[in-house]
Amino acid sequence: MRIYALYNIKGGVGKTTTAVNLAHLAAADGLRTLLWDLDPQGAATFMLRVKPRVKGGGKALIRGKRTLDDAIKGTDFDNFDLIPADFTYRNMDLLLEGDAKASSVGTGAGGKTSRKLGKLLAPLAGEYDAVFLDCPPSISLVSENVLHAADIVVVPLIPTTLSLRTLEQLTDFVADFRGHRPRVLAFFSMVDRRKKLHREITQTPLPERTVVAAAAIPYLSMIENMSAERSPVTVYAPRSLAARAYRSLWSEVRAAGDKSAGDN
Amino acid sequence: MTPDLAGFVAPAEASGSDTAGTRDDTADTQGDSTNTQRDFVAAALAALEKDFTLVPEREPSATQSKRAPRRRTWLDTFDWRLYRAGLRLEYVPAHRGGELRLTVGPDEKTSDNPDPVGLLAIQPVAGWQPARPHLAGDLPAGLVADHVAGVIGPRALLPRVTVITGVTVTRLLNDEAKTVARLLIEHPALASADDSTPSPNARLLAPRLTITEVRGYSGPARRAARIIAETSGFAPAERDLLTEALAAGGHRPGDYTNKVDADIAADMPSSQAVAVILLRLLDMAEVNVPGVLADVDTEFLHDFRVAVRRTRAALKLFGGSLGRSADVRRFAAEFKWLGDITTPTRDLDVHLLGFEDMARRLKAAKPDDLEPFRGYLCGRRAKEYRALARALRSARFRELTREWRDTLAPVSEGSGGKPPKGPRISTAMLAAESTRRAFVKVAQMGGAITPDSPAESLHDLRKRCKELRYALEFFAPLYAPASYGRVVGDLKRLQDCLGTFQDNEVQIAEIRALGIAMLAANEASAVTLLAMGEAAAGLADDQAAARGDFERRFSGFAGIEGQRRMSALLRGAE
Repeated sequence: MRIYALYNIKGGVGKTTTAVNLAHLAAADGLRTLLWDLDPQGAATFMLRVKPRVKGGGKALIRGKRTLDDAIKGTDFDNFDLIPADFTYRNMDLLLEGDAKASSVGTGAGGKTSRKLGKLLAPLAGEYDAVFLDCPPSISLVSENVLHAADIVVVPLIPTTLSLRTLEQLTDFVADFRGHRPRVLAFFSMVDRRKKLHREITQTPLPERTVVAAAAIPYLSMIENMSAERSPVTVYAPRSLAARAYRSLWSEVRAAGDKSAGDN
Repeated sequence: MTPDLAGFVAPAEASGSDTAGTRDDTADTQGDSTNTQRDFVAAALAALEKDFTLVPEREPSATQSKRAPRRRTWLDTFDWRLYRAGLRLEYVPAHRGGELRLTVGPDEKTSDNPDPVGLLAIQPVAGWQPARPHLAGDLPAGLVADHVAGVIGPRALLPRVTVITGVTVTRLLNDEAKTVARLLIEHPALASADDSTPSPNARLLAPRLTITEVRGYSGPARRAARIIAETSGFAPAERDLLTEALAAGGHRPGDYTNKVDADIAADMPSSQAVAVILLRLLDMAEVNVPGVLADVDTEFLHDFRVAVRRTRAALKLFGGSLGRSADVRRFAAEFKWLGDITTPTRDLDVHLLGFEDMARRLKAAKPDDLEPFRGYLCGRRAKEYRALARALRSARFRELTREWRDTLAPVSEGSGGKPPKGPRISTAMLAAESTRRAFVKVAQMGGAITPDSPAESLHDLRKRCKELRYALEFFAPLYAPASYGRVVGDLKRLQDCLGTFQDNEVQIAEIRALGIAMLAANEASAVTLLAMGEAAAGLADDQAAARGDFERRFSGFAGIEGQRRMSALLRGAE
């Protein structure tokens, strides 16, 4: 089982659309795929037409009263399942913290609190080949958990100077992890060729140690339509420029995932 | 991840009726039944539409809305060895090549094991001709071949039934337009194994509807299944497609067995029971003739000979019960003829079936040294087989079976034929009497055998044992199963011992005779003759071992305890 986390501190950078499309492409490749919508806004859940509700809420999941297995819903597509968002996920930091306190050991950075999510996913290893985590935009215990659980952190970047700096910070942060360290693979998202800055940034040399995919996702209304179509763009417009771009990105992400198997 | 909910079938009227008749008639009948099928399916769809939005499947994948019709040919031996072992083997053609799929049959579900592993093995095959019989040795090496070889033994895999299924998949949406279940509609039709397209005469089977659950949405799936179940005419599919397809052709899986299984009762007049038994034996002989004539595998001839031998034994034991009008002696002579013309081929078959084993056991000689001998055996067998096939195609054979049937049929129905002289006796009395006589003969003959007795005396005893075994089997329905099983088990072990002794005796004699003949015809090198000598010595060892085992096997069956068991068994039948 390979875990791909879609992560960025900022919101509105194309994280959810990417998570949904990449998960659909993975499933279409024949991988048994699970997408966990960790964002309490539930955009991925909405796009896949599933009700944003988990029985017992995030608490039951984190506390282990219900297994993730019970929460899983099949999407409309073969090999593609979803753990829906739930509004209680907004308190997930507290839940993770509280759960660790209850067991009274290993709180703090890199401790037990930041590895809870990975432990919850472990029993699904026999059932899925690819797990995608769609994270809420923030720096929080949830995102730290996600970074610890992931094999690959896929980071959408709007081409700006500031976003490159953030990528550098994230890469350094992950490099300091003890034990399992995920690979970080960024890609330019919502690239608008008409904007001078976008053209310039995508062509400037990258900061050291950062990896940016060759594939970029253009800014297209076709992609924005996903929330109206409530379906992956790779389904309703499979031959579109958008779908082609996601396919290129998926082949790079998948290759990075395969390489990560040799890490650690 | 997506367990199937119960499959449903439309009622029998929705399936195609018999395709007999002229081509035009057939087309009309098919047209009508197609319409009836559509009506049933349409009614189910209309009922579902009240609760769900129905849309065709859109993914170009395993669940696409209209798949190309799927063709499946079930393979099994003539005597259903795979089916009896709880297995199903299908050949599924694909664009290039195809595959063999071995699964566990649905009947293997038990309360202890409600979900047996479905798929055991898949093996891709190229250039497979489904209409051709395949012996275990003809199967391309692979997982399926490994699994089935031990089960089918010397029998060939034959295409038993071919079904072409058109499938459509419909998605059931909830009010969010989310897929919450899928409906598979299958339209299966019978076809012949080598058709490349569904023939216009293909007989339609009842359509099957199956609801497939989407994970996390078991409620809607159950609701959909309930709606179909409540739709007029649909019923849960109780039989798997193989059983259904065979039934449409008037068959059922496992419908051939070489057991006697005659439909007799203790209080039947004995003449009627005897005729019923003999008719069943005639059926068994006749059903094997096409397989013998096509030389599909060695067991068609074996079963044919068993039927002939049983007939001869029955005639000998109680042929007189048929009444005075039946010319029992003439028929007995004719069945002896059938036995005699089939013996040389069967002896050579036995030799060839054991050939690998014999070659493997050579110590001084190399297995290859025996190859010219194998070639010689095959040549001899081909010649003997031609003579046998000529006999089975002859007017004499046709007349024999026709006249025999004409003689038996009225007696088996309780009419016709002059009753035998003397008092009428019941089937139970006949069973006990004829079996007791056969047993006494075995006990006396076996008791007289000493370590110095010649091989012929064991051979004669073996023949009497066969008669006794047949007498027991003819009347099996009259006995208590446990006592019957014990007695037959002991007898079988004695027969196996005598069989090993006699088969080796025959094969050693054959090797000597063939060695001389091969030398005379200049067809054997010195190494081949040496290897044949060594092989004969190996067979002689086996024969000596069987001879050494005889005393124990005989007293196990016919000693004091064995005699008591036999008496108790026969008393139970009376």
